[in-house]
Amino acid sequence: MTNHWVDIKNTDLVLIMGGNAAEAHPCGFKWVTEAKAHRKARLIVVDPRFTRSAAVSDFYAPIRAGSDIAFLAGIINYLLSNDKIHHEYVNSYTDFSFLVNDAYTFENGLFSGYNAEKRNYDKSTWGYQIGEDGFAKTDPTLQHPRCVYQLMKAHYSRYTPDMVSTICGTPKEAFLKVCQMIAETSAPNKTMTIMYALGWTQHSQGSQMIRTGAMVQLLLGNIGVAGGGMNALRGHSNIQGLTDLGLLSNLLPGYMTLPGEKELDYATYIDKRATKPLRPGQLSYWQNYGKFHVSTMKAWFGDAATVENNWCFDWLPKLDKPHDILQVFEDMNNGQVNGYVCQGFNPLASAPCKVKVSGAMAKLKFLVTIDPLATETSEFWQNHGEYNDVDPAKIQTEVFRLPSTCFAEEDGSLVNSGRWLQWHWKGTEPPGDAKSDQEILAGIFLKIRDLYKKDGGAFPDPVLNLTWKHKIPAFPSPEELAKEFSGKALRDVTDPKDPTKVLVKAGEQINGFAELRDDGSTACGCWIFAGAWSEKGNLMARRDNSDPFGIGQTLNWAFAWPANRRILYNRASCDPAGKPYDPTRKLIAWDAGVGKWTGSDIPDFKPDSAPEEGMNPFIMNPEGVARFFAVDKMNDGPFPEHYEPFESPLAANPMSPNNPVARACPAARVFKGDWETFGKPDKFPFVATTYRLTEHFHYWTKHVKSSAIIQPEQFVEIGEELAKEKGIDSGDHVRVKSNRGFIVAVAVVTKRLMSLTVGGKKTHTVGIPIHWGFLGVAKNGYLTNTLTPFVGDANTQTPEFKAFLVDVEKV
Amino acid sequence: MQVTRRQFFKICAAGAGGSSLAVLGFAPDEALAEVREFKLARATETRNTCPYCSVGCGLLMYSLGDKAKNAHAEIIHIEGDPDHPVNRGTLCPKGAGLLDFVHSPNRLKYPEYRAPGSKEWQRISWDDAFSRIAKLMKADRDANFEATNKDGATVNRWLTTGMLAASASSNETGYLTHKVARSLGMLAFDNQARV
Repeated sequence: MTNHWVDIKNTDLVLIMGGNAAEAHPCGFKWVTEAKAHRKARLIVVDPRFTRSAAVSDFYAPIRAGSDIAFLAGIINYLLSNDKIHHEYVNSYTDFSFLVNDAYTFENGLFSGYNAEKRNYDKSTWGYQIGEDGFAKTDPTLQHPRCVYQLMKAHYSRYTPDMVSTICGTPKEAFLKVCQMIAETSAPNKTMTIMYALGWTQHSQGSQMIRTGAMVQLLLGNIGVAGGGMNALRGHSNIQGLTDLGLLSNLLPGYMTLPGEKELDYATYIDKRATKPLRPGQLSYWQNYGKFHVSTMKAWFGDAATVENNWCFDWLPKLDKPHDILQVFEDMNNGQVNGYVCQGFNPLASAPCKVKVSGAMAKLKFLVTIDPLATETSEFWQNHGEYNDVDPAKIQTEVFRLPSTCFAEEDGSLVNSGRWLQWHWKGTEPPGDAKSDQEILAGIFLKIRDLYKKDGGAFPDPVLNLTWKHKIPAFPSPEELAKEFSGKALRDVTDPKDPTKVLVKAGEQINGFAELRDDGSTACGCWIFAGAWSEKGNLMARRDNSDPFGIGQTLNWAFAWPANRRILYNRASCDPAGKPYDPTRKLIAWDAGVGKWTGSDIPDFKPDSAPEEGMNPFIMNPEGVARFFAVDKMNDGPFPEHYEPFESPLAANPMSPNNPVARACPAARVFKGDWETFGKPDKFPFVATTYRLTEHFHYWTKHVKSSAIIQPEQFVEIGEELAKEKGIDSGDHVRVKSNRGFIVAVAVVTKRLMSLTVGGKKTHTVGIPIHWGFLGVAKNGYLTNTLTPFVGDANTQTPEFKAFLVDVEKV
Repeated sequence: MQVTRRQFFKICAAGAGGSSLAVLGFAPDEALAEVREFKLARATETRNTCPYCSVGCGLLMYSLGDKAKNAHAEIIHIEGDPDHPVNRGTLCPKGAGLLDFVHSPNRLKYPEYRAPGSKEWQRISWDDAFSRIAKLMKADRDANFEATNKDGATVNRWLTTGMLAASASSNETGYLTHKVARSLGMLAFDNQARV
């Protein structure tokens, strides 16, 4: 979330799209209710289903699953053609005026640089025109035909209300009603928040759906303001934290990135990431990359990381290709992976196309699972009848199942969607011999290290030198680890303006990332968490809920990254002169008297940069402004474009009907052999979408008695019209099949799933809740990923769980 | 007529007379809404946060005993933390049932091992599990570690063993996991955020 849960109360309008907060995030959704009750805010829900969020909305518009970009692009077109944009905001704080490279084109559904064989783009034309001074060229009059504003206007003019209705199946009047309501928030003192979740991420073009939403918010001036923002409602309690800590194949902590195998020179690696400003007077905060990177390497490798060895740069593994979960299961299926460790992760249920995942795991030499509960993954080799029909004798994988603690049995911090690091405390001991994750990791790692000490082996240096300064080596304590990622001074850290002034003494915890250095004098495991545990103590454990400004900021409750800042980009809540656009929702403002930005939040800005200096609010971007034109940051185009889901009821993409390459996302990766597993609408005519229920959490709560009682048995939802066509009554058992397998479940026939007219054709949707499996105290059921296709988003590789094709029959 | 709480409930249970007694002023000394306080009066309160979705609701957990070293601190009740700025004491149906997660019959209690081709689990000790896993991992790493790629560039990576990190483990676990995985040279490394 750019903002946070309580801040939703400050909004005028809520758009829930690509999520169902009332069902999946109920206690956060209460802030929508609060805004409705106390600010007369309104709620719009756009969803393929009439959800629990829709049930309490002021306006609901149906949409075909997987067509969200077309809908949002239509909104962009509406805002631009009806002049419903926040002019000062977009002119000052976005790339509207930036001139784009003359070679950039978009034709027949493809951007310039497409390589059909490799299914990717050469992105070299997706950039700005750079002047002789090294800065990007701009035209503040916005008249230049190559400025972002003009290109964007042309690109989105194609998304007319009729086109939106054709692609999305949304009645035109409903679409226009949504546009009108949203357009009202272009007024400087009105705002809208967008709340989305996996309904946007789990598509072959999920990242671009979210981008399109962010573009709508930028046009309206709704980013950086109280009650506004792009608010990702994360699916699990700490995937925000684990992402922040960089536990993804290509990341290092704090959104730093691992080097590729062509980036062997340390100075070049740093330079490329320490981006210099692209406009005069801009901060371009990533210029400090070297300080964050060196501090992480000092935290990991201590004295072994020196200036002479480039802070152990060679020790970091270099990427040859992406190694996301889909790639790894592909490689596993091809016999290239021997061992796999699943820590609190149940991929047999969570990764797409169960038959492929299960087959891949059967090719492993060994599998280790670490979990408080018995997961399906840990028993992938066990025959569970129709739900897991395998022959154990044929599976030669050694499997270890290690019991870990659950939340109630450990200390530590989790990061919620609002970026709050909240400490929690242990209340009891785990059952039996279960151990904490830290003890289990230490158990395995220390044994490996001992073996390397004793016997030597392949490149032991990073293993032998990994910092492990724990009072009890077999149990690295949460307190020690939190202090390590928060950071400390190894030598005295002095003020660059006055070297005689010591900011932090050697050995002390640092106060924040501004104190990090690239000379080896600081160690900090995750720069964006810096200061979470300072000399003042564990700030994540703070529990003062006072809200002195009445705007819901509670700065002394826990710790928010970065720097305890609660609302990102909050400089953009003020006009260029530093005055809040809406003084009733003031976050910060320029105080000329003290020469500082002050207010109810920590400024997301250089705290003493006066408005006259012309620094812009988006300080992480070298441009200083927000980008409509993504330059080369996205794999599938600088402007979001609608493509059909890989499995779609339409034979062609209505946006470029004559180009089969542009039917589904041209830059999405599809592995050899997977094309054949995609179903066609002649055999699988219905759109399917998967989702959660409020009574259950993923595949955990089928092990929980109270959840099993209130929602005991697997079901699917089918609209009344389709049910009638197929002779299905509520309570009947139905078989839902895709080209990859089938599930059998009870049918719930409902008005909540209506048929839509898409591309002139009647289209039905089948709703598939995900929560059942072959282990648990609820009634056993089928893992729904039996049905889903093995393809992911072109940028993140998040699987396309939200739009695929099925057929339904009564059993 | 002096009526204690306990007697009052007995009278109520005896029949319809209860409600009329209350109307006549024979209310008990303490408020009726205090039932929960009885149950939790001698419990130890611990602050925690919900492990399910990302709202991060505050929890109060109540356990028997005072967490003394030799006493088993059995958790008997979990409810929303009324001081928490986001959930303000409320919990959803899942959060309200967290006690049943802690006490689920499917909680794992001992390390287990499944041999190749076997139909069943067998119990093993932690030490055996750690030793065997470490041996398997090291053997695979030593056999398949790529110090250089085909162009001779230093890449120091290990691609034949991968790891999926959790979705609900703490930052402290996540940080340690990342350190361990990268020091071994792992790249096939993701967490639940990917899906």
